[in-house]
This record gives sequence, C-alpha cells and structure tokens, in this order.
Amino acid sequence: MTSYQEFIQQNEDRDGVRFSWNLWPSSRLEATRLVVPVSCLFTPLKERPDLPPVQYEPVLCSRANCKAVLNPLCQVDFRAKIWACNFCFQRNPFPPSYAGISDVNQPAELMPQFSTIEYIVQRGPTAPLIFLYVVDTCLEEEDLQALKESLQMSLSLLPPNALVGLITFGRMVQVHELSCEGIAKSYVFRGTKDLSSKQIQEMLGLIKPAASVQQGRPPAPQDPAATCRFLQPVHRVDMNLTDLLGELQRDPWPVPQGKRPLRSTGVALTVAVGLLEGTFPNTGARVMLFIGGPPTQGPGMVVGDELKTPIRSWHDIQKDNARHLKKATKYYEAMANRSSVNGHCIDIYACALDQTGLLEMKCLSNITGGHIVMGDSFNTSLFKQTFQRVFSKDYNGDFRMAFGGVLEVKTSREVKVCGTIGPCVSLNSKGSCVSENEMGIGGTSQWKVCGLNPSTTLGIYFEVVNQHNAPIPQGGRGAIQFVTQYQHSNMQRRIRVSTIARNWADAQSQIQHIESSFDQEAAAVLMARLGVFRAESEEGPDVLRWLDRQLIRLCQKFGQFNKDDPTSFKLSESLSLYPQFMFHLRRSPFLQVFNNSPDESSYYRHHFVRQDLTQSLIMIQPILYSYSFHGPPEPVLLDSSSILPDRILLMDSFFQLVIYHGETIAQWRKAGYQEMAEYENFKQLLLAPLDDAQEILQTRFPMPRYVDTEHGGSQARFLLSKVNPSQTHNNLYAWGQETGAPILTDDVSLQVFMDHLKKLAVSSST
Amino acid sequence: MNVNQHTPMASPYGQPQPGYGQPGFAPVDGGYPAPYAPYNGPASAYQPGPPPQGPARGPPTSGAPSAPQQYSQYSHSQGDMQNGPPPMTQAPPRPAASQPYNQGAVNLSGPQPSYPQHYGPQPSMQQVTNQMTGMQITSGPPTPAGPGYDPPHSSQPPVNTAYSAAPPHSYTQAPPPASSAPTQPPAPSGPPASQQYYGGPPPPSQQPFNSSLPPTSQQQFTSHAPPLPSSQQTFPPSSYSGPAPTPSHAPAPPVSQPQQSFPPTQPPFSSAPPPNSHPAFVSGPPPPAQGSFQPRAPPPSSQPGSFPPHGSSPISMPSGQYSGPMPPQQQPPPSQLPPYHSGAPPPRVQMPPTSMAQNNHLPPGPQGPPGPPGSMQQPPPQPGIQGGYPPQQNGAFGQVRGPQPGYAGPYPGQPNYGAPAPAPAPAPAAQKRLDPDSIPSPQASDMPAVQKSRHRIDPDAIPSPIQVIEDDKAKSTEPFATGVRGQAPPLVTTNFQVKDQGNASPRFVRCTAYNMPCTADMAKQSQVPLAAVIKPLATLPPDETPPYLVDHGEGGPIRCNRCKAYMCPYMQFIEGGRRFQCGFCSCVTEVPPHYFQHLDHTGKRVDCYDRPELSLGSYEFLATVDYCKNNKIPQPPAYIFLIDVSYNAVKSGMVNIVCQELKTLLDYLPRENPEMDSVVRVGFVTYNKVLHFYNVKSSLAQPQMLVVSDVSDMFVPLLDGFLVNVNESRLVIESLLDQIPEMFAETRETETVFGPVIQAGLEALKAADCSGKLFVFHTSLPIAEAPGKLKNREDKKLIGTDKEKSLFQSQVGFYNTLAKECVAQGCCVDLFLFPNQYVDVATLGVVPVSTGGSVYKYTYFQALSDKERFLNDLRRDVQKLVGFDAVMRVRTSTGIRATDFFGSFFMSNTTDVELAGLDCDKAVTVEFKHDDKLSEETGALMQCAVLYTSCSGQRRLRVHNMAVNCCSQLADLYRNCETDTIINFFSKYAFRGLLNNPTKAVRDTLINQCAQILACYRKNCASPSSAGQLILPECMKLLPVYLNCVLKSDVLMPGADVSLDDRAYLRQLIGCMDVPESHVFFYPRLLPLTKFESGSLPVAVRDSEERLSKGGVYLLETGLHLFLWVGASAQQELLLNIFGTPSFSQIDPSLTSLPVLDNPFSQRMREIIESFRAQRSRYMKLMVVKQEDKSELIFRHFLVEDKSASGGASYVDFLCHMHKEIRQLLS
Repeated sequence: MTSYQEFIQQNEDRDGVRFSWNLWPSSRLEATRLVVPVSCLFTPLKERPDLPPVQYEPVLCSRANCKAVLNPLCQVDFRAKIWACNFCFQRNPFPPSYAGISDVNQPAELMPQFSTIEYIVQRGPTAPLIFLYVVDTCLEEEDLQALKESLQMSLSLLPPNALVGLITFGRMVQVHELSCEGIAKSYVFRGTKDLSSKQIQEMLGLIKPAASVQQGRPPAPQDPAATCRFLQPVHRVDMNLTDLLGELQRDPWPVPQGKRPLRSTGVALTVAVGLLEGTFPNTGARVMLFIGGPPTQGPGMVVGDELKTPIRSWHDIQKDNARHLKKATKYYEAMANRSSVNGHCIDIYACALDQTGLLEMKCLSNITGGHIVMGDSFNTSLFKQTFQRVFSKDYNGDFRMAFGGVLEVKTSREVKVCGTIGPCVSLNSKGSCVSENEMGIGGTSQWKVCGLNPSTTLGIYFEVVNQHNAPIPQGGRGAIQFVTQYQHSNMQRRIRVSTIARNWADAQSQIQHIESSFDQEAAAVLMARLGVFRAESEEGPDVLRWLDRQLIRLCQKFGQFNKDDPTSFKLSESLSLYPQFMFHLRRSPFLQVFNNSPDESSYYRHHFVRQDLTQSLIMIQPILYSYSFHGPPEPVLLDSSSILPDRILLMDSFFQLVIYHGETIAQWRKAGYQEMAEYENFKQLLLAPLDDAQEILQTRFPMPRYVDTEHGGSQARFLLSKVNPSQTHNNLYAWGQETGAPILTDDVSLQVFMDHLKKLAVSSST
Repeated sequence: MNVNQHTPMASPYGQPQPGYGQPGFAPVDGGYPAPYAPYNGPASAYQPGPPPQGPARGPPTSGAPSAPQQYSQYSHSQGDMQNGPPPMTQAPPRPAASQPYNQGAVNLSGPQPSYPQHYGPQPSMQQVTNQMTGMQITSGPPTPAGPGYDPPHSSQPPVNTAYSAAPPHSYTQAPPPASSAPTQPPAPSGPPASQQYYGGPPPPSQQPFNSSLPPTSQQQFTSHAPPLPSSQQTFPPSSYSGPAPTPSHAPAPPVSQPQQSFPPTQPPFSSAPPPNSHPAFVSGPPPPAQGSFQPRAPPPSSQPGSFPPHGSSPISMPSGQYSGPMPPQQQPPPSQLPPYHSGAPPPRVQMPPTSMAQNNHLPPGPQGPPGPPGSMQQPPPQPGIQGGYPPQQNGAFGQVRGPQPGYAGPYPGQPNYGAPAPAPAPAPAAQKRLDPDSIPSPQASDMPAVQKSRHRIDPDAIPSPIQVIEDDKAKSTEPFATGVRGQAPPLVTTNFQVKDQGNASPRFVRCTAYNMPCTADMAKQSQVPLAAVIKPLATLPPDETPPYLVDHGEGGPIRCNRCKAYMCPYMQFIEGGRRFQCGFCSCVTEVPPHYFQHLDHTGKRVDCYDRPELSLGSYEFLATVDYCKNNKIPQPPAYIFLIDVSYNAVKSGMVNIVCQELKTLLDYLPRENPEMDSVVRVGFVTYNKVLHFYNVKSSLAQPQMLVVSDVSDMFVPLLDGFLVNVNESRLVIESLLDQIPEMFAETRETETVFGPVIQAGLEALKAADCSGKLFVFHTSLPIAEAPGKLKNREDKKLIGTDKEKSLFQSQVGFYNTLAKECVAQGCCVDLFLFPNQYVDVATLGVVPVSTGGSVYKYTYFQALSDKERFLNDLRRDVQKLVGFDAVMRVRTSTGIRATDFFGSFFMSNTTDVELAGLDCDKAVTVEFKHDDKLSEETGALMQCAVLYTSCSGQRRLRVHNMAVNCCSQLADLYRNCETDTIINFFSKYAFRGLLNNPTKAVRDTLINQCAQILACYRKNCASPSSAGQLILPECMKLLPVYLNCVLKSDVLMPGADVSLDDRAYLRQLIGCMDVPESHVFFYPRLLPLTKFESGSLPVAVRDSEERLSKGGVYLLETGLHLFLWVGASAQQELLLNIFGTPSFSQIDPSLTSLPVLDNPFSQRMREIIESFRAQRSRYMKLMVVKQEDKSELIFRHFLVEDKSASGGASYVDFLCHMHKEIRQLLS
C-alpha cells in the first residue's frame, strides 16, 4: 500500500494532518466497530516554508452557524460568481473583490494544492508580544546565577519591541517596575494571601479603587505610562533589566534548619496573571515561570515547609494522603482558565532535584499551551539550551511561537467532532458539528490554544453520525475544515485554514480498503492520547485494561485467524506494528507511574499530548541505533538482545538520549585505545554516536537528558528500562544464548505479550 | 438672687463665658460668684491702678472683703496667713484677725466706696452688681453698665444683690485687704461679715436694696446696712465667708454683724496685736491694725490711699463714691489710709516682724516643729529665709494682704517688684478690667436693692510664685545631699547640685510629700496625693556623675528572695554579714559567698562605700541573660524612619527637609561611647496610601524601592538590606535621601494610611528580632482604606457635653491592639505630625503614648518658619539616649503600694510598667496608697527598677531608691510637700480622667480635692485662726495659683480657637512630663529683658498683664512656646539693640530668631534664649509679639494669673473661690 503511505505522507506535509483512518466507514455502527475512532493528529502551525500567506481575509460562508471558509472543495460558479459551501451547501456570492474571478483566474484558496492556506488579517490593532518572567529566588546561589545569566541572555533574543516584565518571588512576591530611573522600584505582595485580579491591579496602581473615584475626581484616564510601568519594550529597558537581573539576590529570608524555603509560587502566578489581565487582555503574552522547588506557602501550596514532610508521591496520592493536592490543583486550574481567557500562556521551567509541584501546576501549561521544562538545575545545558530554544526562529526570522490561537473545526454533515486532546481549552462553542459523545476536551467546536509552536499537535476525535440506513452517495467525501486564528510572532493576526476530505467506504464491502487505509502510527498515538487522557483522570490499571481490550478487539476485527488457534493469527501489514506500539505504550511512563514521581509523570504526559506524530512515536517506542565495527550504524530492535558487548548503542526516547557502550567497548575505552593512533577507527566509532546525538540535541525541544554510560553503569538503567525484556533473569538460561543482556525485571516481554494477544484474539469466548 | 440668675449662666466655677466670675461665681454661691467675677476684673486692675482701679476695682473690691481679711492677716502677718499659726502668737493675731474683719469691713467699705463712687452715680447696689457685669465691658462703664445690667438683674435682684454684693465684697475685701490689711485681721469673723462688709460698702446702695429687696437680700443688705455703721467689719469677713454664709447669715447678719462689729471692737485686739502686727504692719500691716480702723475710714480715702497708686486719679472717683456709701467706715479708713500709704514702704521694713506674726499664725502643729524656726517663720521650709518672706509663703491669703508690704520689705527684690508692678499696667488695665469685676447677672441690676461693690485684692498680696521661686533660689546655695530622709529638695526652678548619699537625686525622683502619713486615715483625711514623679533615665548635668554600672557576675544582681528588691542601701546586713534583711519586706536572705563582706562596728559592711549599690540612691546593674527576652542577648536596636510622601507632605516641604536633615543626622545616632560608631541600624520607609520600603544594602549601587500596596495585611517585604549600618551603606542612603524628594515631587496622592505604617515598622523590627524606634512623619487624617482608617469626628458641638470625653478616646480599637503588639516587641513610636486640619491626634497618639514615644505637632507647617523648630526637635529626638524594651517595677516597703501610674507606657498587669522605649525626657508618675500602717522609724522606702536595653544593645537594670519619712502629725505632712510635684500629679490625674469623665466633673474633682487638702490643713494645723481667714500651708501656698493654671489649660478649658487636636496633643504631652516641664508649662516663666545684670538672669515677673511695662521687653517661656513681647513704648535704644531698628512699627512680627547684632545686649538676649531652649526637651520657636498686635492674644493666653479669654478665672478670683470652697468644707 505504498500509495497509502505516500498519501498519508503527502497529506501530512501539506496539511499537517494524520488520520487514523484514511477511508471513513460510512455509518456510525461500522465506525464503532472499527475500534479505533476516526480521528486525526493535527498540527495547526506546521511549518510550511512553501506556503506564503495571502494578504487578504478569508471568504466566509454567509450562513450564520456555518461560516466555513471558501476552500478548494467548494463548488464554484464562475459565471454567477457564486460558490457553494461544501459543509452546509449554502450558496454564497463572492465578495466584490473577487469580481475578476474566472476559471483561469482563481484565487489561491480554490486551488487544490492550497487545501491549507494562511491569511493575514489586517484588521484590529496589533499588540506587541509580551514576556513576563516570573522568577523564583529561593535557589542555590549557583543556580540563581545561572538563571540570571540565562534571563539576561534571553533579553537579546527577544524582539526589540516586545514588552518584558519581571516578577520575582520567594517568601514575598515582587513586581518590578522597569520604567524608573535611579531607584529600582518594585511592588511587593505577601506570599500567603490570595488576591483577586482587581485587588492586584489596585495595589499595582493600575486602577483607582472605586471608592476614591467616587470622591469627586473623575477617574484619571488610563495613563499609558502607568499601565506599562511593569511591562516595557525590551529595547528601552534592556540595560535596566540587565542590571536588575544582575542585582537580583537570593531570597534573603532565613531558612531555618529542617525547613524548606518559603516559596510563594501561587501568589506570584496570581499576580502575573492579574497584571496581564489588567493591562493586556486578549493579547498574546507569555508568562515564564522559573522555579527551583515546590510552592511551600500560600494558595497553591504543594507541600509544607517542614522538610520532614516529604512531597507527595504516587503512593501518597493513591492513598489519598496528599493533603494539598486537590486544593492546589484547583487553584492552578482556575488560574490557568483565567489566563487562557485572555490568551496568555504560561511556561514552567522547573529545575530541581526533587519534585517541584508540576503535578499540581501542569494545568497551567496544559491549558494555556505553555511549555514545561524539567531539569535538575538551572546550571545545566539542558535548561540553558532548552530555554534558548524557546526563542528559536524559523526560516523567516520569526519566532517559532504564536499566541492566542483559536482552533475551530467544521465538519460535513456525516461527521461530528467529539473533542480534542492537546494543550488547549474549550471555548464552549456548541454548534451543529459538535458530537454529544465526548472524547478528550469535547462539547465544543472551538478551542483556545494560547501558546502554539510549529510542532504543537492536537489529537482530534470524530464521530461518524451517518446512520446505517442512510447510505452516502457513491464517491461522496466527508470534509473537515480546521480554521486556526492566531497572533503570529511578528504581531500579525493570521488565519490558517486547512480543509481536508476523505472518501467514504462501506465497511461491509470495502473492509480491506478501510484496513489498508489504516494509519497505525497515527492510530497508536491517538489511542495513546486517549489512554493518557484517561489516565490523568482515572486509575492507571483501568487504562491499561481498556487499552488491552481495544487492542484485542482491533485484532479480532482485522486479524486473520482460525478460531482458537493462536498460531494461525496474522495481521496485515497496515496493522502489523500496532500491537508492538501498544506493548511499549503499556510500559511507557505515560501510563506507568512506577519509578516515576508524580511530577515526572506529569511532565512526560504534558509533552506526549502536544508533540507531533514522529516525536510521539519516539516517546512510545524509543529508537535504538547500534554502532559497531561490523557495519554502518543501524537501527536495531528495542530489545535486550540488542545489547551486545562490542556495540555502542544510541537510544533516543525523546526525553533521554542515551549512549551505551557495550562491555568490550567500555573496556577498550577505559584502556585508552581511542587515544592511540593505530586505533583511530575505534575513536571514530566512539565519536559516531556522539555526532548523531548532537544532531538530535540540536533540534529537540525540550532538550533531552543526555546520558553517556556503559555496561554496568548506573545510568544504563535508562536503556534497560526501555528495551523489550526478552531476556530476563527468569528466562536467561532457558534461552541459553550469549547474546544480549538480561534485564532484571518481571515485566513480560513482547513475545509473551504477543502470545497472549494472539490467544485472546482468537479465543472464541471473548 | 444672683445665684439663681447666675446659675443659669454658669454656676460652675469654670464657667468661662460670662464675664467670668460673675456669672460663674455668682451662681456658685450667691456670694462667691459675684466675688469672682468682680475679682477677675479687679485682679488685673488691682495692682495697677490703685487709683483708677479704685473705681474700676471698686466693684471687685466688693468681692474683696475676704481679701481684706486676708489682708489684715497679711498685714498682720503674712506669717499668720502662712502659718495659720495663729496658735502661737496667733492668739493675739487672731484677734487681730477678727479685727481684720472689721477692718476688712472697713476695707470693704473702703474699696466699695471707691466703687460706689463709680456707682455712686448709680443708684443702687444692684446696679453696682450690674455694673460689675458691665464692668467687664468697660471700666468707665460701671455706670453705664450698671443700667444695662440692671435690667437683667432685676429678675433676681434679691439674691443677686445679696450675693453679688456679698461676693464682691469678699473679693473686694480681699483686695482691700491689701490696702487695708488691717481689716483683714478680723478675717475669721470677718468672712461672714465680709459680705456685710460689702454690704458695708454697698450699704448705701444696699439700703436701697433692702428696701426693695426681698428679705434675704434685704437681710443681707440690712445687715450690711447696719454693719456698716457698727460693724462693717463684720462685713468684711462676710466678704469671704460672705458668699456662703450670706444666705444664712443674712438673717443673722445683724447678729453676726454685731459680733463682727465686735470684732471691730477687737480692733482693740488687733490693736493689741496690732502692736505686734502693727509694728509688723508698720510696713504693710499698718493695714491690719489699721485695718480694723481703716476699713471704715479708708474706704473713701484709704482705698484710694491704699491704692495709692490710684490715689492719683481714681481716688477722686472712689472717694466720692466711698464717701457716699461708706462715710461711717471711712473714718476708720482714713486713719488707716495714712498708715497705709505710709505703711506701704514701711511695711517692708517691718516685714520681719510680720514674719513673726506669721509664725504666730502658723498652725499649732507646725508650731511645734516650726516653733523654733517659728521665729523664723515657717520653720521647715524657709527657716533660713528672711522672716519677712516666709510669711508670704505661708499665709496664703494673709500674705496676700500683707504681701506688698511684706514683699517689699523683706526682699530686696520686692522693691523692684513694687515698682514695676504698680507703675505699669495697673492703672490702665485695671480700668478696663473693672468690668469683669462687676457681677454678672443682669438681673441683679434690675434688682434695685442689690448693690455690689467689689473689693479688690491686691495681687501683690497673694502668694507670689515668683517670690517663692526666688526665695528658694536664695536658700539653696549648698549642694543638695540626698542622705537625709524626708528632706524636700529645692524647687525645680532652682539651680542646685545634688550629692547622692543614698537616695535618688530629685532629678530622677521627686515626691509630692517627703513626710508620708503613717496611716491611710491620715492620708485620706489630708487628701494630699502621695506620688512620685520618676524620670528614670534623666540626663544629669555634667558635674554630676551618671549612675555607676554594677556587675554582680553571672548570677545577676543580688536581690531579696521574697520581694525581689534589688540590693540597695536599705538592705540591713546581719549575722556578721552572712545574711541581709530586706528593707522592703523584712525577709532575710543569704548573702552569696562571692558577695560576702564583713561588717564594721556599726553594722555596716566595710565595703559599703566601694559599692554603689550599698551607698548610692541610683545605680545600674548589668543584667544577665535571664533578664533578656527569650533568654537571648538582645540585638542592637534599630531606628526606622517612615516618611509621609503624600501631596501635602511634599508641598509643605517636609519631605525635603527630613531627607536633607537625615543625611547628616544619621551620624549622630545615640551611642554610649562617643568614640565608637553607633550600633543602631537604620531603615527607611515612605508612604502615602501604599508603603515604600527601601533596600539600602551596602552592596547595591542604587537603593531599591519595594512598594507594598497590600495595606490591609501589612508585612515587611525585605529583610536583608532594610536595616543597615549607616557607615556601611552611607552612599546608598545618601543617594536614597537625595532621590526621595525628587521621586515624589509630582505626586498627586493625597490619601494616607497610618496603621499599616506602624505595623510595617513593627514587622520590620520583628523580622530583625530587635527593639527600636519608629520615626513617623505624618501629615493627614488617614482616610485611605486600610486598618486603622479614621474619619473626621471633630465636632465642636460635643465640647462641654458628656460626650466630650469620647473625643479624647481612640476612635477605633485598632491602635490599642497595635500598641500592645508594639510594646511586646519593644517598638517605640515617635510621631511627627504636620497637619493642616484635623488629624485626630487623640487616636494617632495612642501608639506613641503607649510605647513611650513622643508626639510632635507642627500645625500648618511651613518650611520657612517652622523648619528650625522641627529640625531641632528631630535632632534631639534622634540623638537622645534612650532605652528599649523596658520594664519598670516600683517596689515599696510594707504599708504602701504603688497603685497607679501615669505616663507614656503600657501595662498588661497592675505592677509592671512596660515601656517599649524610654528616653531621657520621659517621666512616670506613680501614685502610692496605703495598705497598712507605716512606722515613723523606718519611714517609707521605694525602689524603682527599670530593666532596659541600652542603645548599645546592653541589657541593664537601673535602680532608683527613695526613702521618705513617715509622720503621724498632719502638720509634718504639710510641711514637707512639694507643690510642683503635686501639680504634676494632679494634671496627669485630671488629664487622664478626661477619658472617662466630663470635663466639668474633672475640674470639679480637682478643685474639690485641692480644697480638701487646704481645708484639712486649716482644720488640723491652723485651727486657731478665724474661719474667714484663708490660711495656706507654706509648702502649698502656690497650690491655688498653680491649680488654677491647670484648670485653665487648654485641655480643661478650651478657648474657641483651640482645636480638639491641640487639646488631645497637650493632654498626651503632659502625661509624660517631669516636674520642671510641667511647672513651666502651667506657670510660664516671664522675664523682663530691659536690662541685664551680668551673669544672672533677671528675676522673673508674675504672669499677669499688669506686670508688663509698656516700655519693656519680656521673654515668656512655657516649655513649648517662646514669646518675645515688646511694649509699645519700648525705648528706641532697646529696640535698636535687639532688633536693629529703632522703630516699634518696623519690628517684623514674623521673626523666629533675633537678628545677630554686635552688641552685648543682643548677644545676651540670644544667649538667654538659647539657654532656655537647651533646658527643654522640645525646641521652642520664638514668636515676637508686639503690644497691641493681634498676636498678643496668643501671648496673653499664657499670662495665667489673669482672667483668660476662654473664661478661666484670674488668680485672685480663683483664690477667692478656693477660699469659699475651703470654708464650705470647714463649716
């Protein structure tokens, strides 16, 4: 089915869309039987160097509840200058500016190659980008220094006209005024007191309290200088801010022995959100939170300041022993929602050896589309480079970030949208294309994605609603239109429209076609997202069981087998890898919390639900390359059998990049052969994985943890935990082979998993 | 009659409004009131214008009667008066006294006559009274006024008349006394008679009254009438007693009169005594003896004569009148008169004798002891002093009578006195003031019958504060050694050196009584408050050693096991020194081995004189860690400056000034070792309705401002860098202070907060875990939304009502709680206010007052004119030595107990006085009560221990020990009191009482207690004297004048222009004043600056307008204000020397400092002004007051012997009132 693979690839390149099914079953019933829902991974801002935006606004369907955008799928009557909406069939006249339209003179949006097109909206004021740093000062001196340097460095990366602000916090929260000469001013808030947005704005002097307004003097007109005291254009306060950051001191309040420093993260964020709310509502802004530990006081507190009380673990959570969890989560959720309403996104850069409360705070980023970066210290290249990469630019010299995105999905009548899974929040826009059946964030056809970048990918789930007895005309196609409005980093407002269509197929007669149109990679990711989404809200084991059941049902549906004969079980090529994905997914940190702190789980899940398909697959099933004298580097099975003494392995699990030297290699290296001229080839061998790793490190965001280890090294665990435990202490001798390394685990191997799967799939009892 | 009428007016004494006295007094007792009113007027008039006064005063004279008596007494002997001693020689004197009465009567008549004359024209006494009222209006007016008043009086004529008549008499008499001193003698009997006397004077008019008047009045009148002839003398007495007695007497009058008249007969007596007295009198006395005679005769002529001054002009008038009314009396007077006139000079000479007389007068009790000194006069106090003098002191009134003579005689200074006094003001002023004398009720005027005449009391005849002060100065030439138990120290006005010989220096501790009554009954009976004013950290003059620091080692100070008293000279070592017995509780405690020392043969430790704690009254212990909060050695304190930067503050220039000043001032933070840098750290905050903290850490290039807007829940936003060492952070601090004014130059913020400001400072200290002081510079009522928000509640309508007290209370409870927290942390708050309108000092001051802080108020602050004052206050406040986190405990020997405390502090229990800060200017007044008997052998001991953290962060205990005698005789008590201290106590007591009681009640209580004190003396120590005689204990003879000053203070009797804030401010201010400051505050120092004798200050003059000479220049100091009064006809040369301009009109009244001129006079003046300022804890801004200028009104307010614009009684009036009260108590 090369054709399908090409088709899929082509579609992805053009529209940034990967559907689980590229032929859609024509009835609801059949669609349900397919197990994997009709769904897609959609990358709204997929980089399209070949797609210059058009300088006009889209033409919309005039039907009030449709408003679909003119697209290549529309039928156009060039004579009458009328086009028919392919979603609602409304016939619309072209606007006057399209007077010259004709068969040979078509606007771009009507050409099939422009199924995805980007418009630049000229209306409305353009707002500068806003970056508000919220910096924890309860750090070790070294960390703080590194962070300060990173922040100072970042000033040079910001667009000169961007507004920048600084809030620091420790026991207190300080909002720094940047416009002042001479004395550095800051407004200070107590770290333990929750404040309403209005109070914050009053206290910052942004609005006059109501009382004083009544007292006669007419309310002073909003003084722009006053409004912006805390947010100033980078070019103007560059020096000031650099100095300010330079003078930033560690939180001076003494931390008694046995206590954690008091960290008012919650209030700091409230203040940041309140400040932006008051000054720049509905404008793209990025709140960047840098923390070196968990919030220990005030609203949003995650753990008390007593060191003897450790921060909650999964164990505590399962036992319902995490006393701050619910309250804090609720607090941050409320804040995230407020922030998203105004289009501000929140990043969290958490660098600490212990947990920092990401579990509670993750929603800040998840809901607003911000980043979460987790590291051990601000003084690591992981953080430094990742942070730098936030400000990376694209081929046009624009920042790879967009703000205040609103994604709208329109569907043709036979299809309805059930929901999305990704860094977005519902706008609660109910419409005719909204399904009652929710998957992910549903119940709406519009979502807000406050922070976007070219790789931000949403999983969007649909439901075929066409009834079985209402056949779709032959050759009919179902269409879906994605309309993404956003603020480009160059401050333009843009609208990107992707319109896609897929053929309907009758599952009864065309099941093979449907099967071959299956995109197992996309399906795996989409199912994984569903699983993660459930895992976030439900108990872990249930999710695994649900996934297993789905897998078995899928195998039953599409596998070829004789009843009750596992050995006869076969899957077609288009599904052949799917069970393996599921196997690794089951073991992944997205669903397994064992060995992961709650923060780590949150972190992994956060990235999993926003990365594009390729990255997501790497997360599910890491890639393993092997380097040896036996030949060129080659990908090898993610299996313990690949761990051989004379090989160097490079594993990319997205979050970690592990270089593993086999036992022999390690000994050689220790012996220093690479230093000898006659073993130049050995040196080359050693360098090869490093170069490849470097390449990955260059592009990945966030930068993965880079691990260089060897046989028997403690960090080899990163590798050992990922590979398929085909050889364990249980079966080592049974296999009796010398290849590979045994994994000390009770986990089942892929082989066992597959055996069970086959058995269950062919079982007549299920 | 008047009474009724008056009552409506204002019966109370305090009644200010009406012409004063008249209404007020009249109401009180028919008789009195009248007197008062008249008096006031007269008072002023008196001295000055004998002549003019004559007439003018005439009215007063009527009141005077009593005075006359006094006079007589006086004359007799000022001694009499003083001592009350009659017992001694008194016998004779007494008679004399009675005579005086007669005389008094005479006098009265005398004076009255004068009035009468005025009135003469007027038909009736009532008119007179009316006139009295009218008097106030104008001198001449008497007549005119009369009519005017008449109408009103008409309604109550009878009473009024009677009263008015009487009172005036009494008063008038009083004055007359001066003139007719002789009359006074009769005083005792006289009093009642005095009225009659008045009547006497009035007689003529009275008669009319009688006819018209109802019985009572008539009676009086009648009585008068009769008396006049026979015994007008009786009247005189009546004058005093008159008021009270009158009513009752009225019926009796005749009788009494007769008796009184007899008294006249007494004259013989008097004569008998006279001889004595006469001689004495000769000088002044002539009056006394003569008095009896004079009374009658004098009236016409005598008065004039007596008034000699008047003689000139007024005489004619009075005489005319007198002659009319008094004829009969006159006769005697004439004779007197002559003596008088002549007498005046002689009296002085003779004074000595007088003194003798006085001695005689001295109460029996005193006599005993005084006896010996008796000869001297009042043994205890003035033994050494000239005889002449003492008398004055003693005889409250008596002296009065005799005063002039007496004074002049004995004291060299007196001459001056006399000279200036009479010459200048008298005449003119008198006339004007006459009106006041007239008794108020218009009704009276209506009443035909009543006629009042006033007698004036010669102000020189009543106890003079200046005289007392000068006497004490003269007496105190030796250093004062504290070793003798029960010895009263020199007055606060005297410069003296102290030798600590086992009791605390009076600079640290002053007691109201140095002989405490042994029993509670005695104490209760005497009503003399037993209190001590303790100023634990007082600054000593350079020639006295500051308290030694004693270190008892790790175990801490050695203390009694039971009562925990600290080792002191009162500990008795026994058993060879192995144990000691506590002088306070008698418990026996082991001496720790390291402290053991052998005893010598007297039972003293041999190292007694090596150890301050065994030989001195004041010393310090080094406290150990057990005495520290949380058992931690304290951190050095911190000073935090909190500056209001709202619109008003910036505009007035305050912000700029403060910032500029702080730059240099910070180098002068308090330190104990001048060589070392101060360890005090500093912090800065500015605020309007939000607070700005500053990080001035030395490592910063620029200060950082941290704004805290969350005023509802104050906290300190930074720790490190807020409180810094000045030297380390100098550059940053200077940069900050330079920038603050700029930063807020354009501010438009007018709202401020206050509560959060203090909270902020408090939190900062808490965070730094140290004690310290907040300097808050604040401008306006904190109306911004925040804890401690206030509203404007200034409501003039509440003044005088029962709700007035609420205005002194805190508006919200918030500040009380805050104060408590501050005290717990050792956070002292000093508040500098720069209000342009009401800021509710009562509330804002709560925290400073509770934390041992100070409030400074600069109303309508203007950079130009007030800068100097503010800066000097600020400098002093920042630099002065201060202790923090202090706890004061006063332990006493068994039998008494410290029961009440007054001052700036907080108490969470009944014994520990907690002071967040205690500086060298703060005094605490402690009241003691008996809970058992005291013994005469052991006396009463008290030990005041103050545990505090010094400004270098050292924890110390300062101990002051004080032992006083105990007595079982009241006379001893009265002989060893200190009026200044009593007044200090009374004022604090009263001012605190304002919080819970209506102002009137507070005033009444004061008057009442004072009357009881004096009555008790009169009853128990001076019984032989006649009831109508006012006899004051020598030590307390100034009590009435000072008390009057307290009563007239803005706090207790606000003028129309005194804001509520001012009152609250003063109220709080007095609370922590020590005795020298309270003394000058209530009785300002008024120095004539016409010429200087080398080196010494000119002798002050009394605070009365009459004492001011038109051609003179005077400096008046109150401790808060400094006025330079320039007479309209001051010599050109003088002006040239002072102001550099020869023209009066070119003097710039807005000067706040004198031009620096190169002449000795100017130089000396500036020196004096500087030295005055140096003596006070607050800088006094100099105000130049030109006579007749409008600013003179302010100045006059401080002439406390005069009637005040707000209705405060004049000294003379008050004295009469007091006398009446005393008489009431006695009867």
